[in-house]
Amino acid sequence: MWSFAVKRTGTTAVTLLAASVIIFAFIHVVPGDPIYVLLGDTATSDQIDALRHQLGLDQPIIVQYLHWAGQALAGNLGRSIFFQAPVLSVIADGAETSTLLALITIVWVALIGVPIGMVAAVRHGTWLDQGLSGAAMLMASVPTFWVGLYLILIFAATLGWLPSSGYPSIFDGGLGNLRYLLLPSLTLAAPNAALILRLTRASMLDVSREDYVRTARAKGIRPWQVVRRHILRNALLTVVSAFGFTFAALLSEAVVTETVFALPGIGRLVVQSILRRDYPVIQGVILVIVVIYLVTNLIVDLSYRFLDPRVELQ
Amino acid sequence: MSRANIATWLAPFFARPIALAGLCVLVAMVVAAIFAPSLAPYDPYAIHPMIRLMPPDAAHWFGTDQYGRDTLSRAIYSARMALLIGSGVVFFALITGIPVGVFSALFPRLGHVLMRMVDVLMAFPSLLLALGLIVILGPSAANSILAIGAGYMTTTTRIIYGLTLRLRAETYVEASRSMGSGTIWLVVKHILPNLISPLLVQASFVFAFAQLGAASLDFLGLGAPPDIPSWGNMLAESRTFITRAPWLLTFPGMMIVLTAFSLNLVGDALRDRLDPRFRQVFGGEG
Repeated sequence: MWSFAVKRTGTTAVTLLAASVIIFAFIHVVPGDPIYVLLGDTATSDQIDALRHQLGLDQPIIVQYLHWAGQALAGNLGRSIFFQAPVLSVIADGAETSTLLALITIVWVALIGVPIGMVAAVRHGTWLDQGLSGAAMLMASVPTFWVGLYLILIFAATLGWLPSSGYPSIFDGGLGNLRYLLLPSLTLAAPNAALILRLTRASMLDVSREDYVRTARAKGIRPWQVVRRHILRNALLTVVSAFGFTFAALLSEAVVTETVFALPGIGRLVVQSILRRDYPVIQGVILVIVVIYLVTNLIVDLSYRFLDPRVELQ
Repeated sequence: MSRANIATWLAPFFARPIALAGLCVLVAMVVAAIFAPSLAPYDPYAIHPMIRLMPPDAAHWFGTDQYGRDTLSRAIYSARMALLIGSGVVFFALITGIPVGVFSALFPRLGHVLMRMVDVLMAFPSLLLALGLIVILGPSAANSILAIGAGYMTTTTRIIYGLTLRLRAETYVEASRSMGSGTIWLVVKHILPNLISPLLVQASFVFAFAQLGAASLDFLGLGAPPDIPSWGNMLAESRTFITRAPWLLTFPGMMIVLTAFSLNLVGDALRDRLDPRFRQVFGGEG
C-alpha cells in the first residue's frame, strides 16, 4: 500500500515537473517578444532593458525556468497586464464562481447520472435500457453552449423564472444568489451526467458477470438484495473515482458555459485573457488547472486503491 | 474490399436500425458537403438587408439571419467545414498516434519514455490544451484542426500502444518473428492490418468529439473566421438574436447534434463487432 502511494505520488510529481516546463515555454512561444507582450507597444528601450533584467530574461533559459518555478511554488504567478494585479489574485477572484459552479454541477451529475444508470443496468437489454442509453448518447452529442442558450431562451427570456447572466457573490447577497448558477450548472451537467450514466451502467453490468454475483443468486438471495449488496457496492467504486476526474475536467469545460452565462469565473477569465492577449493570466490559469487536475487524479487513485485492495499498480 | 468483407462491416448496422439511420445521416452530410453549390438554394454569402431575420417560410426554409443570408444555404455549406475539421482531426490523430504508439510498443525502452511524454500531455484538459495552442498559433480553421487534434493524439496513441502490445504477444506474431521476420515486415503484415477495425471505431468517436470541440472554438470566436459558414459560427452569431430569431439557434445546433449523434451511433455499432479482447481497450462500455 505505502509503496504504491509513494510510487504514485512520485509519478505525479514527475508529470507535474514536465508539464510545468511546457507551461513555462508557453510564454516564450506565443507570438512576439515576451517583453513587448508584457509592456505593450509604447515601451521605451530603457523600460524594456530594465524589465528584461528585472524578469531575468537576460539569463540562460534554465536559470529563467528555475526562477519561474521557484516563484510559482511560492505563489507568485506573475502580474496581469490588463488588471495590473498579481495573477494569483485575479484567479482567486474567479475561484468562488468556478468552484460553486463545479460543485453544483457534480450534484446534478450524481442525481441524474447514477440512478438512471442503475435503472438501465438492472433493466439491461429491455426497451427501457435502450431508450435511456440512447438518450445518454444523445446528450453527449449536444454542444453545451447550445443547451445553455436554449435554457436562457426558455427559462430566462420567455418565462422569466431565472436570471440569464452574471453571478453576484453569495457573500454579498446570501445563498439566494445560487439561483444564478442553476441554469449554468444544468448546462454543464448535461454531457457529464450522460457519461456517468453510461459508466454506472457499464460498471454494474461488468460486476454482475462476476462469479460472486452468480453465487449470491444461486444461494437464493432476493434479486434486489443482490443488486444492492453485491453489485452496487462494487460498481459504485468505479463510478465514484470517475467523479474525481469529472470534477477536475469541469474546471476547463466551464470555459464555454461561463462565457454563455457571462459568469465571473476562471473559465471566462481564460477566454477574455486570450482576447486581451493577457498571456501571464492564461499561463497562470493553465498551471492552476493542471495542478488541480493532477492532484485530484492522485487523490482518486490513492483512495481507490485504499478502498479496493484488488487494484494493482499498472 | 471483397463483397463478403463489406457484408461483415455492414452487418452490425442491419442488426440495429438506429445505427443504420446514423450511417445514412452521415452519408447525407458528405453528399451535402460535396454538392453544396447545387443543393443550397441561395448563395450563402449573399447579403439581403430587406429580408433580415425572417422566420422560416416557403422561400427560406430555415429563415434568414441578421444580414438576410439564407440559413439553410449556410447550414448546407457548413457541412464542408464540419467534414474538413472532422477528417483533419482524425488524420492528425492517426498520423501522429500510429507511429508513436506502434514504435513505443515494439521498442519498450524508448517507448516507455515516449508514453510518459504522452501522459504529460494528457495532464492538460483537452479544451484547455486547444485554447493554449490557439493562442500560440492564432485562430483559423487549420489551427483548430491542430489544436483539437493535439488532445485526441494522446488518447489515440494510448489506444494504439495498448492494441500493439496485445498483438505483439499473439502466437502468430511470435511465430513470424521466430522465423526471422524484420520489424517492418511485422508491422506491415501483422500489426497494421489488425489495427484497422479498432481504429475505425476510434476515428468515429474522435470525429464526433471534434465536431463539438470545433463548435466550441467557433462559438468563443477562436475558430474559423466568422464569415465562413460553420455551425459553430452560426450559433455564435445567433446569440444576440435568440429571442427575436430562435430559428437561428435551432437549425445549426440540430445539425451539430445530428452529426455527432450519428457518429456516436456508428462508432458504437462498429465497436460491437470488434474482437472482444480489443473492446477492453476502449473502456469496456456497452
